[in-house]
Amino acid sequence: MLDFILRRLSQSILVLAVMSLLVFISVYAIGNPIDMLLSPDADQLERARTIAAFGLDKPLWQQYFIFIQQALSGDLGRSFSFGTPALGLILERLPATLELAICAIVIAIALGIPLGLWAGLRPNSWSGKSIMAVSILGFSLPTFWVGLMLIMVFAVQLGWLPSGGRGETTLLFGVPVSFLTLDGLQHLLLPAFNLALFNIALVIRLTRAGAQEALLQDYVKFARAKGLRNGRIIGVHVLKNILIPIVTVIALQFGSIIAFAIVTESVFAWPGMGKLIIDSIRVLDRPVIVAYLMLIVVLFIFINLVVDVVYSILDPRVRLSDAKG
Amino acid sequence: MMNTVIESAETTKSEFAEETPFKRFTRNFFSSKIATAGFITLCLIVLAAIFASVIAPQNPYDLTQIDIMDSRLAPGGQNIDHTLTYLLGTDEQGRDMLSAILYGVRISIIVGVVSTAIALLIGLTLGLFAAYFGGRVESLIMRAADIQLSFPPILVALILLALMGPGTSKIVIALVAVQWAYYARTARSAALVERKKEYIEAASGLGLSPLRIVFRHLLPNCLPPLIVIAALQVASAISLEATLSFLGLGLSVTEPSLGLLIANGFDYMLSGKYWISVFPGIALLVTVVAINLVADQLRDVLNPRLQTQ
Repeated sequence: MLDFILRRLSQSILVLAVMSLLVFISVYAIGNPIDMLLSPDADQLERARTIAAFGLDKPLWQQYFIFIQQALSGDLGRSFSFGTPALGLILERLPATLELAICAIVIAIALGIPLGLWAGLRPNSWSGKSIMAVSILGFSLPTFWVGLMLIMVFAVQLGWLPSGGRGETTLLFGVPVSFLTLDGLQHLLLPAFNLALFNIALVIRLTRAGAQEALLQDYVKFARAKGLRNGRIIGVHVLKNILIPIVTVIALQFGSIIAFAIVTESVFAWPGMGKLIIDSIRVLDRPVIVAYLMLIVVLFIFINLVVDVVYSILDPRVRLSDAKG
Repeated sequence: MMNTVIESAETTKSEFAEETPFKRFTRNFFSSKIATAGFITLCLIVLAAIFASVIAPQNPYDLTQIDIMDSRLAPGGQNIDHTLTYLLGTDEQGRDMLSAILYGVRISIIVGVVSTAIALLIGLTLGLFAAYFGGRVESLIMRAADIQLSFPPILVALILLALMGPGTSKIVIALVAVQWAYYARTARSAALVERKKEYIEAASGLGLSPLRIVFRHLLPNCLPPLIVIAALQVASAISLEATLSFLGLGLSVTEPSLGLLIANGFDYMLSGKYWISVFPGIALLVTVVAINLVADQLRDVLNPRLQTQ
């Protein structure tokens, strides 16, 4: 076990080193930041001074070395467009993204499990089949397009919910959150549902498959023979047994939910990390791009490490059912 | 291998039913109504895309044909001298949406198919070499695939496009990078099974070069699972390209794909001008779903374990 973790860890460090080099070289290969920092009519002296101030006159390997040194001490440079430290800028947006991701997971579980149970208990009924058809749509519809349709229907046509932004936030343990105010909750609902969509479909499929398998087991037959109510058999005996793999798979989906938040945040103008990176790419804000990419790679390496460890403990069948996600 | 054996046995058994493998394949494929519907829809879409310049009422890239006075007309609106009816309305530059969609579908399909083909070629080659040579080569290639597959496709594409900047060739590179690992993995596992069979042993016993064995003998027998994945991947490549273009990281503004058309209309949707976004979106949706239906059926038909007769 320890051997396995150590091997994965060394692999992760290698990936991180390769990524940092790749990110650094490529980011420095596109565009010249001096052209963006200075007005076109700046004179030669001012130009040279700015280049020196940002350390852009040094050889590339030296710049990389300085970059790594600073990165290790938590300094990933200052944003060109905001003038504040890039890492701080991203961490500032982190709570918004996390709130959205957690809400999406809650919605996926709250909607997916009942629907999946229903479809699993009545696999041949009209309702069961339509639930499965909808879950196929959940897999194949592009997220951004569903987001647009949600905005069109609920914000523009019906006018029930706001089309974007985060709404009113309150501080919870010093972190701004939306879900405690009605206004914030209204802003949260559409993007969270949009982000949840893929995972709702995933939970429906997992629950349905689990329920169908569980219903054939002896303990269900025994519970029926004991004369228990159907509701109790489903709600307690079946659900308890299928819940563990579902919750695990969803928890493991966390990484891709953060990744997909980029799309949802851009559609709903949700002020999280994803929207920040898209905006930064548009204006070529190099330090923010670099900081985001490094942070997300670290985050994913960490998530993957946890996933690998959890997988190696868990039933290997979970790996198979998750392979498509 | 198995298929041909079974088939030859079948044809000798019933001399009247001369069923070639191709006929058998088509019969199996069209046995599902929904797959047939998907196939017909897909054919229509591809034809519309190929002949976009003939069918489209105007060339949406030709600025002389576009009249800014006609901008943001609702579906069914007409131009000033009533010579042209905009069936699906116009966008903010006065472009006919129907024409823009036809050209957009063409770009989306080309990007999806080209990137899938390149990725298939690269992944297939690497996977076959990994399986044939084993050892260092194998662990290097497969480790790289493992690491890449541990990141979601959208994130890999985003990282690459953030580093390379937008553009058609860049997005194809990003889509290839996202996909190659799937093919490498599948090709390797298929080839590992095939490699142990006698015909490969016979081929290397004959003293054929490794290149010849890999490409002439190993490759054709590993193709079926790869075809299925490639078909499914075309749909997800189109969908991913649309997403990236929507985010402003994809194709150039001068030749908009479906994603970019949707993005252009997004700003106007809030003021109730739904058609600029909705119609390209429906075109995207129908294309992706049609490809998925065909690919699903292909998977069932090409899977020998599911073939009962």
